[in-house]
Amino acid sequence: MNIILRNELLKTYLKWRTYIGFIAIAVLVPLVEIALKLEGGGMVRRMTRDLSQDFIFVGNLFNGYFVTYFIMNSLWVHVPFLIALVAGDQLAGEATGGTFRLILIRPASRTRILLLKYLATLFYTFSLIVFLAAVSLGLGLYLFGSGDLLVAGKVLTILPGNQLPLRMLLAFGLATWSMWCVASLAYLFSSLVENAIGPIVGTMTVVIIFFIISNIQIEFFESVKPFLFTTYFNIWQLAFEEPIPWEMIARNGGILGSFSIGFYAVTWYIFVKKDVLS
Amino acid sequence: MHEAVVLQTHNLSKRFKNRWAVHDLNLEVRRGDVFGFLGPNGAGKSTTIRMLLSLVQPTAGEILLFEKRLRSHRNEILSHVGGLVEAADFYLYLTARRNLQVVARLRGGCSAKEIDEVLELVGLRERADERVKTFSHGMRQRLGIAQALLGSPEFIILDEPTTGLDPQGIKEVRELIKRLSTERAITIFLSSHLLSEIEQTATSMAIINRGKLVVQGRVRDLLDNGASIVRIDAHPQENAIAVLRRHPAVHNVRARNEGLDVTVPPEHISELNAMLVAEGVQVRALIPRRSLEEYFLSITEHASEGL
Repeated sequence: MNIILRNELLKTYLKWRTYIGFIAIAVLVPLVEIALKLEGGGMVRRMTRDLSQDFIFVGNLFNGYFVTYFIMNSLWVHVPFLIALVAGDQLAGEATGGTFRLILIRPASRTRILLLKYLATLFYTFSLIVFLAAVSLGLGLYLFGSGDLLVAGKVLTILPGNQLPLRMLLAFGLATWSMWCVASLAYLFSSLVENAIGPIVGTMTVVIIFFIISNIQIEFFESVKPFLFTTYFNIWQLAFEEPIPWEMIARNGGILGSFSIGFYAVTWYIFVKKDVLS
Repeated sequence: MHEAVVLQTHNLSKRFKNRWAVHDLNLEVRRGDVFGFLGPNGAGKSTTIRMLLSLVQPTAGEILLFEKRLRSHRNEILSHVGGLVEAADFYLYLTARRNLQVVARLRGGCSAKEIDEVLELVGLRERADERVKTFSHGMRQRLGIAQALLGSPEFIILDEPTTGLDPQGIKEVRELIKRLSTERAITIFLSSHLLSEIEQTATSMAIINRGKLVVQGRVRDLLDNGASIVRIDAHPQENAIAVLRRHPAVHNVRARNEGLDVTVPPEHISELNAMLVAEGVQVRALIPRRSLEEYFLSITEHASEGL
């Protein structure tokens, strides 16, 4: 592994702040799953109440996949905060601590340091989503068992259980992709200031405002929506459509990727020209 | 024979908004020098050092290190340079050893033995595996010097390395700098607001004020240049002033609480003493006050007046 990348990973994972996200997930997800277990499948019964007069639902619909899907739906607006907590600190934290004076006077270019810090940020994001997947799916399957997945979208879809491991993998992969966009935005904000609070608050402000605009059904905002990265945040839900809309995944994924690259490019431009006065 | 030039700046300038922090600065540091970089607060010392270490981009001018342009050979040059800029800040949640590993990896890596050696040199070997957040200010400063020594640099830049240290700590750092210069033949660029430190450690020096170079040269030459100041405790003071003012070599006489500060070439000091005694003035003390501090203060005061 590149030794500077090892540096950045070491610095990231030896910081207490990094584990706030993991702790939050480790507490919240089991709490929700235990609560759902105690409720005893009331949610699925409510979803199928109207249809149960005409259809017979066979098998275990209240299973680990359903619970994971429910948790993803509930948390994917909140996970950006956990991402920003670390990504927003990556550059601003060095400025606050005065450690830019330690690392930027070495025979390693700023471009290289910036890139490897960015890769460490993306890796943290990836590890957080993997942890979310492992806890929610692992505990879900343990507590509720396996089965088919009932998805309530424009239409009610039941996805067979044998497809679900791969669909879950795809969904969490796409969730990571969209969260990388948040990480890139927080990283950009982190390059602008010398205190990590600003990038965290700034990122969440942008995410919340854009998210509301992306989801609110007002004609005025329709022309703006395609230009907001939050419009494509729900890309992971496409993994549960039947059939899987690969073209739309590629298009939305491409747009999210472009946002990430754009945010990174601006960060690079700012960072390489920046006078380090902290 | 002149030693090779390690550092040269040509009209180095940095402008922040509408203020020149450094303006047309021309410095020259020769191999083997301990180069003292002096100036009052806000003179532009730290900005200059940040430019030398590529933390700040010059607005104009050129920096040559080892006869190569810093702008175009940055990484190659910085592989031979170590630095400590202002306070020694580290990753507080990491141990001293881990911090040095972080720095070493940015230089392409170095052996555990080398890390132990620099820790030993600054007296921190025993505390190597403790987190830096438990270190005192003095220990952090010493660790700051240790990180500057990683990779066996030929040239190190130390910005106020004794700031905040107790007298014993100052003495230790001063001795360390001398050892680095004599035993390891490292060229050292040392900025400090403690003028006595420069006087005791530097071989050559430059003084800047308001971003501009005031004077530069060998410390010995600068000290021998011009009149010295002698503090004379004499009674009655009024008679002493009258006698002193009659002497053609006396440039200036200033009455202070502690006595008279008399500006006079050193070869005339004994004559003054004889004259005062002959005129019936009691001379209680006659203290030559020729030091870099007097020189520094007089030259910066003069520079300020001229602006």
